[in-house]
Amino acid sequence: MTIALNGEEVAEKIRGAFPGSVVAADKAAVIVTNQSLYQVAEFLKNTAGLDFDYLTDLTAVDYLDYFEVVYHLTSLKHNHSLVLKTRCYEREKPVVSSVVNLWRAADFQEREVYDLMGITFEGHPNLKRLLLWEGFVGHPLRRDYL
Amino acid sequence: MAIKTEPFILNIGPQHPSTHGVFRLRATLDGEVVVDVEPVIGYLHRGIEKLAEGRTYTQNIPFTDRLDYLASITNNLAYVLAVEKLAEVKVPERAEYLRVITAEMMRIASHLMAVGFFLNDLGAMMTPVLYMWREREKLLDLFEMVCGQRLTYNYMRIGGVSHDIPEEFLPALKRFVAEMPGFIDEYDQLLAGNEILLVRSKGVGVLPEELAINSAASGPVLRASGVKWDIRRADPYSIYDRFDFDIPVGSAGDCYDRYWVRVQEMRQSVRILEQAIPQLPEGEVCAEVPRLLRPPVGEVYGHIEAPKGELGFYLVSDNSIAPYRFRIRPPTLINLTALKDMVIGWKVADLIITFGSIDVCLGEIDR
Repeated sequence: MTIALNGEEVAEKIRGAFPGSVVAADKAAVIVTNQSLYQVAEFLKNTAGLDFDYLTDLTAVDYLDYFEVVYHLTSLKHNHSLVLKTRCYEREKPVVSSVVNLWRAADFQEREVYDLMGITFEGHPNLKRLLLWEGFVGHPLRRDYL
Repeated sequence: MAIKTEPFILNIGPQHPSTHGVFRLRATLDGEVVVDVEPVIGYLHRGIEKLAEGRTYTQNIPFTDRLDYLASITNNLAYVLAVEKLAEVKVPERAEYLRVITAEMMRIASHLMAVGFFLNDLGAMMTPVLYMWREREKLLDLFEMVCGQRLTYNYMRIGGVSHDIPEEFLPALKRFVAEMPGFIDEYDQLLAGNEILLVRSKGVGVLPEELAINSAASGPVLRASGVKWDIRRADPYSIYDRFDFDIPVGSAGDCYDRYWVRVQEMRQSVRILEQAIPQLPEGEVCAEVPRLLRPPVGEVYGHIEAPKGELGFYLVSDNSIAPYRFRIRPPTLINLTALKDMVIGWKVADLIITFGSIDVCLGEIDR
């Protein structure tokens, strides 16, 4: 059984390494600041005992007030999982750091979020639309796209 | 005198038999050698994630059929499991068994297609496919008995399955389960030692273990690279913890191993069917669930081991009758992430079989 790690406990470890990076944490998920996302992701991937070597899923949700980028992380080594999130309050041009350097799995998934949700991933080597064609106007998965 | 050469770009697809759908590969070639590839997708994009936000939880089940249409039962299953997790619905025992039985039948049918078309890509035009279809046809007949459909089954419901099985189903399934190992032996006899298959696929399109994990490959692609990871074991869902089966694992991560893992998985699926049929209990096949289901506010990620890899559904509920966010984690799109690393330096013909060995379905990649 994959054990879902308690977000509060992992958040303590993250706070220890990067003070001020955790916005909120509950049992299910850890929410970190936009600026610290890459560092935290690197920490989760490379810290012994956590070893999140597998980025299962990367997606985003539009809550109108903010965008939430959701990372479902798994460790194949320890068979445990964690949900990491970050929020973007900017609507015109939301930006989040890319994690492609840590997990190649983010390559297409970040492009998809960029395409359909309009979030730019800074540091992505080839950030362009994935499913829709170049020249398409708008980002259909936003809640205000009708 | 040295001949001056320069790389050129070859468009493979979107309409080409080897792309298994509408898929385009923009390959940069140096002579016949692949220098770079870039998948160009989206030709089959129907906006399912957006459409689903305007429909009820039950109405979304047929959409999932149209993802990986060669394995629609498992798509149904992944989705209803996620909704059941979100709404805390309990499923009757008989329905759990019917789900496992149909899901494993689906796995065999999907792997038959994958193996058959892999051989097709190798140049064994249509003959192996027709051998595989002989058995797949029997499975489709069985599915037709269960729900009246041969491709898009729409069989799972939130809380169970849509129909109980008819009388003639179990005898026919038992016959299939008894015959199938013999058919797999036949494939092995014809294919596993075939020199052309071995020369063309051994050592070709290698995906190293580390890259497989880093690029979140899943399913037979991940296991062929030597990672013993099967969600039916690692994170058991439904009633998979009751069955005894092995997880076939490759060692080289090449095209041959991906082929081999699929053939072995068919044997394991037959084993699961053999155990599940005698245990099938009597009773209801669907729990009573409100037709306009309103799950509590919250979110859930549910995943299963679909034939092609980890199929996940990330649902966000705002306590209305439609999901607020409906995200599909497509296994084959993510399995394609490392395609570039697998084919650079190989020839165009190897590119075709490496792509074929990943076993993609464009309905799922483009959604």
